[in-house]
Amino acid sequence: MTVLVLVEHDGGAVDELSLQALTFARSLGEPEVMLVGGADAVERLDVATAHVAEDERLALYAPGAWASALGEVIDRVAPAAVVAAGTNRGNEVLAHLAARRDLPLAANCTAVVAENSAGGAGAEGGGLLTVTRVRWGGSLLEEARVHSQLPLLSVAPHALPAAVGEGAPAVERFAPAVDDADLLVRVAEHVDEVTAGISLAEAKVVVSGGRGVGSADGFGILEELAALLDAAVGCSRVVTSAGWRPHTDQVGQTGTKVSPDLYIACGISGATQHIAGCKGAKKILAINSDAEAPILANADYAVIGDLTAIVPAITAELRKARSP
Amino acid sequence: MRILVCVKRVPLTGGKMVLTADEQALETRHLGFTISPHEECGVEEAVRLVEHHGGEITVLTLGPPEAEEQIRETLAIGADRGILLADGGEEWDPQATAAAIVTTIETEQAAGGEFDLIVFGNESADSGNYQVGIRVAHALSRPVVTGLKGLSVEDGRARCEQEVAGGRDVYVVPLPAVVTVLEGINLPRYPSVPAKLRARQKPVERISPERPSARLEKLRLVVPPGQGKQAEILGQGPDAAPAVVEVMRELGVA
Repeated sequence: MTVLVLVEHDGGAVDELSLQALTFARSLGEPEVMLVGGADAVERLDVATAHVAEDERLALYAPGAWASALGEVIDRVAPAAVVAAGTNRGNEVLAHLAARRDLPLAANCTAVVAENSAGGAGAEGGGLLTVTRVRWGGSLLEEARVHSQLPLLSVAPHALPAAVGEGAPAVERFAPAVDDADLLVRVAEHVDEVTAGISLAEAKVVVSGGRGVGSADGFGILEELAALLDAAVGCSRVVTSAGWRPHTDQVGQTGTKVSPDLYIACGISGATQHIAGCKGAKKILAINSDAEAPILANADYAVIGDLTAIVPAITAELRKARSP
Repeated sequence: MRILVCVKRVPLTGGKMVLTADEQALETRHLGFTISPHEECGVEEAVRLVEHHGGEITVLTLGPPEAEEQIRETLAIGADRGILLADGGEEWDPQATAAAIVTTIETEQAAGGEFDLIVFGNESADSGNYQVGIRVAHALSRPVVTGLKGLSVEDGRARCEQEVAGGRDVYVVPLPAVVTVLEGINLPRYPSVPAKLRARQKPVERISPERPSARLEKLRLVVPPGQGKQAEILGQGPDAAPAVVEVMRELGVA
């Protein structure tokens, strides 16, 4: 059976999360892809057919227009399911499609099974899909049944490996029928912003502080350690709610998701809201006065005690180790 | 401006996810509850808009009868009235949730005029379905912009800003419109004690809608593997610093 996958790209290369969505789609059937523009980006895709929507009005993102283009391909290909990456755009376009066609949408899935696949019928035979999807930013999973002839599924980021393999898909270009209503919501302007320092999302080391840091000024010792490690400074939600740090520093379910080699959690109790943001770290070091804090059940290493003494001691030790 | 904000009551989950025996819900007997974070910022954003432009804020929630507590929180920071769609304690799927909200909005608009702006959180903290706001916008034939980190209103138009790689994308849409916001768009205020007392006097209407069958049907919840690691204790206090630096060396980050 055919599974239609919405693939995002930056003009040259296909988005990594879309390649993960392709892996997910393969567990269900034979994928075909749709892209908006980017006929040159399809080379890497190991699929038979790439449908490429071409219209200069779509140079700037317009969710309604993307949903219309995807709808056209659905009507042409009659797929058994439609899949997109669980990105802002992937979820948004599928939600528009779901609303227009009154279909259920399962967002941020990690796995899918066709319930009567044993009989060989799969979703095509009118069977239902069971998905596993992410809740609470990944702190909980849900198994759910999708009651639909055309299941719409987005794929949780980093739940699956990216599809690899070279292909030479047949490129089918088409001009989607886009009307003014589809273009009412469209990016009108892009404002470039250069952020100073090391980006939280890409840092190799993150030094992060929670309630235990005590105040905005308390972050001084964390910043000093971070500077020495070329690390970014992060914080928990308690800290941004108190106004000690800007929200852009927040690591968590409603903040930034980080994946450094080392995440140093200073005075952070380890609420699930926070763990959802830092569990992508290779290693977590917790510095906490409470040996029973939940963060210890999520950390690889821990130092127990007063962070206002421990953090400067680590900084001093690093300096000592580096001095000739 | 006439603004509607939709909020959801969610548990404060603390350090560990514990399920009920039937695996249908989180065990919440020992947990507090709050407004889902993005929506908390949605209420604050509405209050700021009304402070600037004048108007009235209605807050709507679909939840258990206890969700009146969360409506009262919004009334204490500046919302004017609440509507509680009281469910039977069971979860509603996103299509059913959107349909119940749409029915309520249509009734409200027939009685009191159009909402200039309808505000949602981008996704709820618990179920994270990423779609209710879009479904409501579609049913009402309104433009919808999602994931906002900036919002201003002028001359009957909303300027909406999203954070994207390398900067911000800006959308300008005519009102009436639907927006979904993200935490960080503002820093919500804390209510004062007098405001909390005044909030007790503000009206909250209760409606009990029928729950349709789910098309995204929850079968069971599962706690993912990986909880319950045991950290290696490197030491107590500042004396542990050499051991920490040793670990940093091993990881190649020192």
